[in-house]
Amino acid sequence: MKTRIHPVLIVLTVLTFLFLLGPLVVIIGSALSDTTYLTFPPQGLTLHWFANIFEISAFTRTMGTSFMLAVAGTTLSMLIGIPAAYAMARYRIELPAFLGNVFVLPILIPEIVLGFSLMKSLASGFGLPITLALLVGHALIVLPYTVRVVGASLNSFDFSIEEAAVSLGCPRIKAFFTVVLPNIRAGIIAGFILAFITSLNDVSISIFLTGPGVSTLPIQLLAHMEQFFDPTIASVSVLLMGVTVAVMAVVERTLGLTFLTK
Amino acid sequence: MTQSLTLENINAHYGTTQVLEDLSLHIAEGELVSLLGSSGCGKTTTLRLVAGFLEPTSGSIKLGDRDLTRLPAHARDIGLVFQTYALFPHLTVRDNVGFGLKQRNITGAERKKRVDTMIERVGLGELADRHPANLSGGQRQRVALARALVIDPPLLMFDEPLSNLDAKLRVDMRVEIRRLQQANGTTALYVTHDQEEAFSISDRVAIMKGGKIMQLDTPEVLYSQPANAFVADFVGFDNMIEMEAVAEAGDAVRAQMAGGVQIDLPKSQFTIPSKKFLFATRPEGLLVEPETGGFGIPAKLGMRTYIGRAYQYHCDTAGGVVMANGPQATPFESGSAAMLVPQPEQCCLLPTES
Repeated sequence: MKTRIHPVLIVLTVLTFLFLLGPLVVIIGSALSDTTYLTFPPQGLTLHWFANIFEISAFTRTMGTSFMLAVAGTTLSMLIGIPAAYAMARYRIELPAFLGNVFVLPILIPEIVLGFSLMKSLASGFGLPITLALLVGHALIVLPYTVRVVGASLNSFDFSIEEAAVSLGCPRIKAFFTVVLPNIRAGIIAGFILAFITSLNDVSISIFLTGPGVSTLPIQLLAHMEQFFDPTIASVSVLLMGVTVAVMAVVERTLGLTFLTK
Repeated sequence: MTQSLTLENINAHYGTTQVLEDLSLHIAEGELVSLLGSSGCGKTTTLRLVAGFLEPTSGSIKLGDRDLTRLPAHARDIGLVFQTYALFPHLTVRDNVGFGLKQRNITGAERKKRVDTMIERVGLGELADRHPANLSGGQRQRVALARALVIDPPLLMFDEPLSNLDAKLRVDMRVEIRRLQQANGTTALYVTHDQEEAFSISDRVAIMKGGKIMQLDTPEVLYSQPANAFVADFVGFDNMIEMEAVAEAGDAVRAQMAGGVQIDLPKSQFTIPSKKFLFATRPEGLLVEPETGGFGIPAKLGMRTYIGRAYQYHCDTAGGVVMANGPQATPFESGSAAMLVPQPEQCCLLPTES
């Protein structure tokens, strides 16, 4: 039996896809345009603007900063998030329920408020150097992702497995590393990737915390756009998109995307 | 290597709720003792205290001469089998079984030999390189068993090990557990809510309720001589009639039940525990006979059901509705008057609950 699909549903689906993908097509098209200004549809095709990214030192430098920041910030958030998620899953009954919500706060607070308060506290208040302030800020905004995704893994983890290890003579801490960690590996990878992408694409926190000499790629992109309006902006955007897609593809291949939405 | 387990005056609390009350228990070397009871009776708490996952408020736990009470769980050297099997999903059968030996720094040829021998003994030789996800429930439980046994623990503990298996496999596995436990001569503590399971494999069974042991005895004694109304009800003494000893009548005690009905219980066959007591039997302990006015409890027969070896009747007596069996040869009609004759060897007189 053939399933009948209502024509309106088909129209709505096509419109949704156009709405989601249309802007991306415009960006990709503009990035390839052989003109010195942003335009769509592209006039002539060139890869010049991609090459141009690597000739502007501000882009290569901030690209490095962004990647380092994403790796370091995510790692830092993992170091806090994994133990936190573990404690909340293991001692669900003993711990107060609001604790879980505390770790989601960075998502709930308006980003601009969070960014401003971080600037006031980290940079002005504690006088942290820019790099360090950025690191702490990024670790904080990605913490909800690491805690939630790792937490989802741990909630389906049977803790009697850990007790079995302990009963066989394995001390608690060692049991965590030899038995718990390998079995929540998928959650950790997924959490890491989500956090990494969030950090890489962040504007609202970084814009408050960057300063003289230290900037991130999205911030540099904004600065560049204020002065020039050439297709380099579009090509950088395509590059960022490409990294995101590549990472997602790896996740899909290894774990399945359902992992991120779980 | 096997050792006795002694719990002395254990009290345990979850927050302010007391879950074990002054519990004492001794399991001799090589003995298998079951803790039997419904959920919340404290049986799993007891096991987790011995394992070291919980700490008692007071009291002591000893394994042989070793005081375990404040020892961390990983230093207790106890083989544990879980209800959910709790195998390590990321390790093969071989590595699961070898885990405990690895913790003891037993390496190389000796570890391999002990692991392989144990895997053979539980009949999983073919599956040694598989991961737990590729095993059936019964196979997983065998791996769990092998993993607990291979460290040659002085004490084995089972936490409802069979409740995730289907009925047929449950019977096979409990025989297997008993066989391995006896072959090793390991002391064992077995937690279950299944009476048949507990009775079939245990040397002794402790029936628990509300954090206390109601009776600890061999299955045979528990089945035929329950010590109190709770245990009697638990092992299937469906009929409980309240009685009161009112007079001596020669070789018998005259007991009176509700409605003034009296019955003479011969002293040679019945021991009265207290002035007020409960007369408890299973349905087969009351034989339905024609009303003759002799020894017995007068009753009016209600519904009759056929149970294979006999007929079973719902009987209205002065002491309430009871179940009694009647011979196959002479079925009684519903509504007729009859006499229920107690079979002394299948009856118990119990003190009333205070």
